[in-house]
Amino acid sequence: MNSSPNRRTPTGSGVNYRNAEVERILETLHADVAILGAGGAGLRAAIALAQESPALRIALVSKVYPMRSHTCAAEGGAAGVIKGDDSLEHHFNDTVGGGDWLCDQDAVDYLVREAPRELIQLEHWGCPWSREPDGSVAVRPFGGMKKQRTWFAADKSGFHILHTLFQTSLQFPSIERYDEYYATDLIVDDGRCRGFTAIEMRSGQMKCFLARAVIIASGGAGRMFPFTTNGAIKTGDGMALAYRAGVPLKDMEFVQYHPTGLPNTGTLLTEACRGEGGVLLNRHGRRFLQDYGMGPETPLGKAVLKTMELGPRDRVSQAFWHDQRKGNMVGTQWGDCMLLDMRHLGEKKIDERLPLVRDMAISYLGVDPVTDPVPVRPVVHYMMGGIDTDIRAATPLPGLFAAGECACVSINGANRLGSNSLTELLVFGRRAALSALEFLDSSPAAGNAGVLAARAGEAQARLRELFGRSGETETVAGLRRELTTTMEEHAGIYRSGEGLAEACATLADLRRRYRSVTLHDKTNVYNTDLLQALELGCMLDCAEAVTASALARRESRGAHQRLDFTERDDANFLRHSLACYRGDEAPAIDYRDVVITRSPPGVRDYSGEQK
Amino acid sequence: MSQRLVELEVLRFNPETDAEPTFQRYAVECPEEWVVLDALNHIKETVDPTLSYRWSCHMAVCGSCGMMINGEPKLSCKSFLRDYEGVIRVEPLAHFPIQRDLVTVIDDFVTKLKRVKPYLVAGEARPVEAGEYRQTPAQLKTYKQYTLCINCMLCYAACPEYGLEPKFIGPAAISLAHRYNLDSRDAGREARQQEIAATEGVWECSFVGACSEVCPEHVDPAGALQQVKIKSTLDWFREHLMPWRRT
Ligand SMILES: Cc1cc2nc3c(=O)[nH]c(=O)nc-3n(C[C@H](O)[C@H](O)[C@H](O)COP(=O)(O)OP(=O)(O)OC[C@H]3O[C@@H](n4cnc5c(N)ncnc54)[C@H](O)[C@@H]3O)c2cc1C
Ligand code: FES
Repeated sequence: MNSSPNRRTPTGSGVNYRNAEVERILETLHADVAILGAGGAGLRAAIALAQESPALRIALVSKVYPMRSHTCAAEGGAAGVIKGDDSLEHHFNDTVGGGDWLCDQDAVDYLVREAPRELIQLEHWGCPWSREPDGSVAVRPFGGMKKQRTWFAADKSGFHILHTLFQTSLQFPSIERYDEYYATDLIVDDGRCRGFTAIEMRSGQMKCFLARAVIIASGGAGRMFPFTTNGAIKTGDGMALAYRAGVPLKDMEFVQYHPTGLPNTGTLLTEACRGEGGVLLNRHGRRFLQDYGMGPETPLGKAVLKTMELGPRDRVSQAFWHDQRKGNMVGTQWGDCMLLDMRHLGEKKIDERLPLVRDMAISYLGVDPVTDPVPVRPVVHYMMGGIDTDIRAATPLPGLFAAGECACVSINGANRLGSNSLTELLVFGRRAALSALEFLDSSPAAGNAGVLAARAGEAQARLRELFGRSGETETVAGLRRELTTTMEEHAGIYRSGEGLAEACATLADLRRRYRSVTLHDKTNVYNTDLLQALELGCMLDCAEAVTASALARRESRGAHQRLDFTERDDANFLRHSLACYRGDEAPAIDYRDVVITRSPPGVRDYSGEQK
Repeated sequence: MSQRLVELEVLRFNPETDAEPTFQRYAVECPEEWVVLDALNHIKETVDPTLSYRWSCHMAVCGSCGMMINGEPKLSCKSFLRDYEGVIRVEPLAHFPIQRDLVTVIDDFVTKLKRVKPYLVAGEARPVEAGEYRQTPAQLKTYKQYTLCINCMLCYAACPEYGLEPKFIGPAAISLAHRYNLDSRDAGREARQQEIAATEGVWECSFVGACSEVCPEHVDPAGALQQVKIKSTLDWFREHLMPWRRT
């Protein structure tokens, strides 16, 4: 990592990228690099670009104001080796094993090496990390991690990371923000990404962003499911845009369930609840994880790393599923729940370390964790899969880069370890910026004006067609409901070939019906009916990639568990899946080998036995 | 789950089609445990897809969903139906121009926030290799409260001074400036202070404390304002009465 004194020469100056032909069709905004998404990953990329090359023109485009991005919801923290008893090798091994060996090991090496530097950098920018008495940063235990290495800011870590990045970004005049612009289509010409079209929400006008490189940092897609910790904006837009432009979606079948969501709203109670010593009970008051390979029971209130309640999320959610089948869960009006018991932590510790958790549980569920165990159930949380990128954050489409939850490098493999994702968006957000800079240096070629104009015109025409439809019967809310129930029913914690095949058929049908979805709102200003229709289109495409990839993966690994193929099958499936878009047809599924440098696939052992 | 018929009276305004705002009534069956935002989402899904408002996190942290609920600035994702009786009146946040329905234009805040330099200004450059700054829990505590601002704009909607003097830089921006001023790692107070002192309104703030009362995160902007004002007064004295003490 070269730090700031080592500034690069300006890359942006002197290139004429005005494009009169496109401008005749759409108002055009020009940048050297356009970033789609202003959450943690997008902001980190923008700051890196502004620092490395101050003369660049950077367009930071987002459908919400940056501080509304869903990074703000992250509670627990970000992993990075900092304490003396820890090592990069430990972080590497935890991540690779946690991911059930589907991680690319060269990428994991890069992640764990850069992680501490990025977290210190954030500290230098003012992030209010929680501290030890001596003033050094404090770390906390997290699921699947052998050592304490999760940096945290109480239980609002993502919020503080996002606001620190956003506020820091305000000092760079070269970052031009386009807040509340909704990106609709990538513009590709001559095998290169040249920009994208976006709707300015306050006017309803479509604009064309032309850039010499594009970085997608558009976050996840949890809204495909009805019960999720993800905010309303996480609809997989960037994934769908890249997918339609010919970039594969990688490992989409791996969808993470977080074990502890509030049963009514899906609001997350962070894993730090267990990191701080909270335990999971079934209806009989038994810490049931010991019955599913994560025992023996550990002392109450003393969290032991990498076993019992600090097992990885896939295992804990799966244990819930099995114990539920045995009738051991607590029945509630929102379905079967386990109990998250934190009473033994005491009010003082809960208020100091988990204030948000307490507040959420009291306000949304009426249960105070200080006095009562909180009913929780597994909830859709995170997409391990996403836009196919390499270790440089580059997609196979020249000029297009991606970082954050929308991308799949893959450092998460078949199951992300909690607190690796915030780290990932910093490390690979910056990496995407550096790769984009290298790309600018190497290929300044301007696009073909006629072709770009035609592409922008097509995007505009598609929107007009949607506006023009009338008299059809399909509604956004109706199709969305069918989508989410299908996903919950067939693409949940446990899956079967039969169910997945049915889901694929339903999704094909929903995608067909989507073509006649009709808007009720035909006005321009802040038209959320229109935006939700476009988001639905993105979710449908992503969902089909999920179910098709899941159907093709005839094994069980990490977060993808098949009732009809219960074992991991390294001979056939130690490979990344690649879903390739084929228009109205179902996607083609291809595979690529996992990069294994030094850790051959082994057994994931989360029993406390030899620890 | 007990259900209840909830009546909402929602301000509607579409600049393309309406000359002025009107109220529209919706009556929907809702579970008692819902928040106002859930009711709005239910209306949008089942009754009126044209209704526009902002939201995302549904956990009181993204700051999108501020609205006037029965005349008070509130996060609609944390305003429980059980706390309201009768017709619930929902309007866009006061003191901001209406873009459409419940969506306001917040450009003013976004510009002001940037002006107060809400970022760490380091005394001397510190390379990443030097590791983290030391900051004790006590030092963290002095400013931590002011970091919790989610930019939800409720304090601007509650502030009588901002209502009268739109140039007033306002509670949230001042709190965030103050947050960095108090941070043991920061050396940028001087620059921020000039910016704040130069703007209208700070001196007129009458400390009724409405901002702190409505803040969903207990940031206490009124406290920040008070302290900023005292600091500025001290600066003024230092400058004008004790020139030999200037550093
Ligand atoms: C409740 C919760 C708790 C979590 N806790 C942790 C944790 O403790 N530790 C951890 O490591 N991870 C955690 N995660 C995961 C982590 O927070 C996310 O993976 C991460 O923040 C995603 O960041 P991002 O920058 O990729 O995307 P986001 O922050 O979601 O930002 C996406 C951006 O893209 C923009 N965008 C999207 N579509 C469009 C479009 N069509 N046009 C224009 N702009 C668009 C959005 O406006 C937004 O600015 C948590 C996740 C959740 C939901
Ligand atoms: S929806 Fe995020 S604060 Fe209410």
